[in-house]
Amino acid sequence: MSANRKKYIRWILDAALIAAILIYLDILQADTTAHSYAITIIERSCIYAVAAVSMNLIIGFTGQFSLGTAGFMCIGAYVTGILTIPVKMRDQIYYLYGMAGWLHDIRLPMLAALAISALICGVIAYVIGWPVLRLKSDYLAIATLGFSEIIRAIFGWDGLGKITNASYGVSNIPPFANIFECVAICGVSILIMSLLIRSSYGRAFKAVRDDDVAAEAMGINLFHTKQLSFVVSSAFAGVAGGLLAVFMRSAVTSTFTVALTYNILLMVVLGGIGSVSGSIIGAFLVTGSQEWLRFLDKEYFFSDLFPGLAGTAFGAARVPLLRNGFRMVIFSILLMVVVLFWNHGITGSRELSWERIAGIPAAVREKKKRKAEAAERRAREEAAAAALEKEVRGQ
Amino acid sequence: MLIVRDLNIRYGGIEAVRGISFDVPDGKIVTLVGANGAGKSSTLRSIIGLVKPSGGSILLRDSYIRGRRTDEIVSQGITLVPEGRHVFPDQTVLENLKIGAYLRKDDISEDLERVYTLFPRLKERSWQPAGTLSGGEQQMLAVGRALMANPALIMMDEPSLGLAPIVVQEIFSIIQRIHDQGTTVLLVEQNANMALRIADYAYVIENGAITIQGTGAELLKNERVRAAYLGTGAK
Repeated sequence: MSANRKKYIRWILDAALIAAILIYLDILQADTTAHSYAITIIERSCIYAVAAVSMNLIIGFTGQFSLGTAGFMCIGAYVTGILTIPVKMRDQIYYLYGMAGWLHDIRLPMLAALAISALICGVIAYVIGWPVLRLKSDYLAIATLGFSEIIRAIFGWDGLGKITNASYGVSNIPPFANIFECVAICGVSILIMSLLIRSSYGRAFKAVRDDDVAAEAMGINLFHTKQLSFVVSSAFAGVAGGLLAVFMRSAVTSTFTVALTYNILLMVVLGGIGSVSGSIIGAFLVTGSQEWLRFLDKEYFFSDLFPGLAGTAFGAARVPLLRNGFRMVIFSILLMVVVLFWNHGITGSRELSWERIAGIPAAVREKKKRKAEAAERRAREEAAAAALEKEVRGQ
Repeated sequence: MLIVRDLNIRYGGIEAVRGISFDVPDGKIVTLVGANGAGKSSTLRSIIGLVKPSGGSILLRDSYIRGRRTDEIVSQGITLVPEGRHVFPDQTVLENLKIGAYLRKDDISEDLERVYTLFPRLKERSWQPAGTLSGGEQQMLAVGRALMANPALIMMDEPSLGLAPIVVQEIFSIIQRIHDQGTTVLLVEQNANMALRIADYAYVIENGAITIQGTGAELLKNERVRAAYLGTGAK
């Protein structure tokens, strides 16, 4: 197949996929009350996908094990929240501390507030990058984790109550106008990061990750490259935090614990370290499966499963395992299974592409063929060994 | 092109290089030969700024480059082919070559074509991850990657290390061709025999100091060099 035709087919498939997504979203949007559950899952997954891709940028593509994501999300959430809550509600929300006068009347549309969140997170990342990015691996992880907790403490501090409303957090944040708004912002954020990864800066990120000596010898400034990646990653973590605040309609420090960072790390690892498409899949899988497995939290009676038994003593018996919290047990087991069998994540370090999807049946056939050949070879060897043994015995 | 005077390099308390001086004239192949640990690699690494020298001066076309950042030095026209190849294994051959041109803002297609003509095998394998190449091909990629920066001076650290004799021959004939195309070469080698044959001028480094120098042909005939490095000295 000619390269041109391949390109053409790829275009058509891309367009078809986007159209299918838009149609599906349109169906959901047509009746938001009936589809509120699906909308919730999709919006949450998209927002986590932005966070996961941003974390993958610094961990997967640049090889710097930074765990500050929740901290930057916290900053983004508060900044977006504070700047978008309606002015007339502010006195009511800040009833305890009273909102600072200079801030009281500043209100921005969501997009502008998100952009400012990104900017602030970027600047903070630039500043803390100076000391922190000189550290390597575990030390960097510990330092950024510490930073994340400090941010949480600062936002929950009474002294800043006039700005952050301290531990009460910010509420009554205006929601997304519709599902398209959320998905589009997430899509554009991820697109910007993928374009960066594909540019020559992206190649420098990977060079620093793979071999810092060679990267430096090529004239790549290690520190500036790491810092660029860290700043962009943190800025988009801030956007994700802002989106999460809009989605939940509130920003409270208790959301942005270390557990949130680990949850996002889980999406990155599960999807595939060093793969944007992997992170997106990871975000949807983790968010989605936590919902789909919810049926495991409910107590069942045998009569629920087999209506014929209703009224009998047997029907009143409970299924002993299914009770609150069991969902997380199954979720953890599934995780272990995935990590054991796909230890490079679902997509590995490569991107998911149409060629790759089309290649799956051939790859499976190839694998089966190789397995069959190996079995045949083993059988032949065994037969030869048996024949040899017979011969030796015969002598 | 390059003038090095009284270069000193210390690692902690140990003096790896003790006041060496040498010149690399425009358009020549100059080689530093010597045993393991003599200080050859340290010298190259300090020229490109990966190691900070403790004393001495390094001049590139009349400007002092000692103590400058590596990216500044590379952008002035020096590249290093590091010892042990150091290709980026998970990236394709083409991506590796593009990283070599990282600091350039101009069009690189001409240089890509030049590298592909020098190394036709890299063109065949341009979509293959560099880690799947053989040792010789990886060395060619490392040289090609350094050429992508379009350097005035290319420094090579042990390009023959761990390669089969026939591949070593090939690498050296390519070094010769790169030199013929107008690039100045500073070569560091343990394989003194091959290095001296193509070198215009050569320095022998022993224990961090230069002990013998002369043209390649002179050193090939030198009794001490023959005994110590070529294994063909008079018994």
